[in-house]
Amino acid sequence: MDLSLFTQRSAYEWEIPQHDDMRAPAVIFATEALLRAMDQKVYEQAVNVARLPGIVKASYAMPDAHWGYGFPIGGVAAFDPDQGGVISAGGVGFDISCGVRCLHTGLTRTDVAAVQKDLADALYYRIPAGVGSTGAIRLGAAEMDAMLAGGARWAVESGWGLAADLERIEERGQMSGAEPEMVPQRAKERQRDEMGTLGSGNHYLEVQEVTAVFDSSIAAAFGLRIGDIVLMIHCGSRGLGHQIGTDFLKRMATSAKQYGIRLPDRELACAPINSDLGRTYLAAMRAAINCALANRQILTHLVRQVFADLLPQAALAVLYDVSHNTCKVEEHRTNGESRRLYVHRKGATRAFGPGHPDVPAALRAAGQPVLIGGSMGTGSYVLAGTRESESRAFGSACHGAGRAMSRHQASRTWRGCQVIDELAARGIIIRSPSQRGVAEEAPGAYKDVSAVVDAAAAAGLAHKVARLEPLVCIKG
Amino acid sequence: MGVRGVGATKAQAFEQAALALSAVVTDPQAIEPRQPIEVECEAPDDELLLADWLNSLIYEMSARRMLFSRFSVELDGRRLRGRAWGESVDPARHHPAVEIKGATYTALRVAQENGEWVAQTVVDV
Repeated sequence: MDLSLFTQRSAYEWEIPQHDDMRAPAVIFATEALLRAMDQKVYEQAVNVARLPGIVKASYAMPDAHWGYGFPIGGVAAFDPDQGGVISAGGVGFDISCGVRCLHTGLTRTDVAAVQKDLADALYYRIPAGVGSTGAIRLGAAEMDAMLAGGARWAVESGWGLAADLERIEERGQMSGAEPEMVPQRAKERQRDEMGTLGSGNHYLEVQEVTAVFDSSIAAAFGLRIGDIVLMIHCGSRGLGHQIGTDFLKRMATSAKQYGIRLPDRELACAPINSDLGRTYLAAMRAAINCALANRQILTHLVRQVFADLLPQAALAVLYDVSHNTCKVEEHRTNGESRRLYVHRKGATRAFGPGHPDVPAALRAAGQPVLIGGSMGTGSYVLAGTRESESRAFGSACHGAGRAMSRHQASRTWRGCQVIDELAARGIIIRSPSQRGVAEEAPGAYKDVSAVVDAAAAAGLAHKVARLEPLVCIKG
Repeated sequence: MGVRGVGATKAQAFEQAALALSAVVTDPQAIEPRQPIEVECEAPDDELLLADWLNSLIYEMSARRMLFSRFSVELDGRRLRGRAWGESVDPARHHPAVEIKGATYTALRVAQENGEWVAQTVVDV
């Protein structure tokens, strides 16, 4: 990245001043080292987002930002419907509501050590992962619509989980305003056999140990202590979300001219929030959020079944569930007034601070848990939303390490079995249907997650709470 | 991940781009072209038509749980009639590396260069 293009606002905040047809500046949160290593395309994409109608304050990129499709991955942008603001299918992405759920187990390293391999095998056997895998659940048309309207609440009511789980999920497990009839039929067809499946790519399920606590007070509020074992699930809305993204990307790209929108990049396909197409997408996208929440809920149920067989003393309460590819309507204060904005987070996590009404009551004093997924060999982090996060990037933080190397380059650099052996030597058991998939997801293909998290914390986006390291990883 | 098809005609470049799509998932030589499926697409320009063709195949791969290794494309203006031959996914034999979510409009290009047609885009996995 060419740093001369930026005005440095602080050690961790770099501004691209508004120029040409930008409607707002762009801001990247990063250390100088992270920014220097960032792809130049992030600059172009952050600038392009700032050209969209109705953008408020700035187009933001998080410290894990990398080259995405239209929006940078790690991009955040808010739009005001009263200022001609848009909603963008490209700005949410194909994997709508992809996110991370963290479960406590109530166990310690010692409890798990004796059965670590059996646990890996049992999870791999029970959790459908990888291309072509199907779940045990087949949804008929009526049930599909009930799932799309009900989200994790539907899953719990159908017997997959506990009512208490819902309190620890964004939107309390059910995204309101979802309209299943707005979801294309093809999207529903892709999802018919995919409930309770992990998917592939960067999706995973990990058993992790808490290896460091940075804020003992917030960690206690989150129920995390050094030596605790937690379980992390990373996946999204599966084929349904992918198809909604595909269909609306085309519809928005081909109708932009009709709405008088000049797209700097077709991938930024969008429609006015106050338009039929904008409203239809919002209703369908919200249904996809419910699909992702239901999917992570069913996976939680499957995990509980595995633990009930092997480690029946495990409790498996939900710590929290965050989504990092969404557009949500939120109240934010800008220029002293409260405005209802459509906040796009593409590869970015909501990070509401202490006292925010959308944070569950039990966690409200501490701030919203922000779950940062690592890669197979590196750590994950639990952060907490801060009060100042709101004024930084509409209460948003990073979502992971972010890729540093393409899949192609990674698969030429490592072999899957080599990655698996090296991780096994460090006590990390990998189970995956694809050696090439493991090579493409090799830990070395990602940025240093600790550097990303430190930058996010230093920039005031979120507060560091705990570090987690993997013991078992089921890779789709 | 980028996919690029090169051919003497635009239709051939589209066929080759589809083969590259399969190679993102597994070695196309391991896929038996047993069962045909048909798709039809229509789009306002060549580039959106390429994205539509690839997205139709991604839909078929996902909904039917199939992989394809042989393709034929007929172009008629802004319309495409395509066929793909393949088989059901067999994880033990195909070791599929990754599931494709969709064909994006990033680096999307259909053009004639040095007497050859190139059809390319980036797919999200």
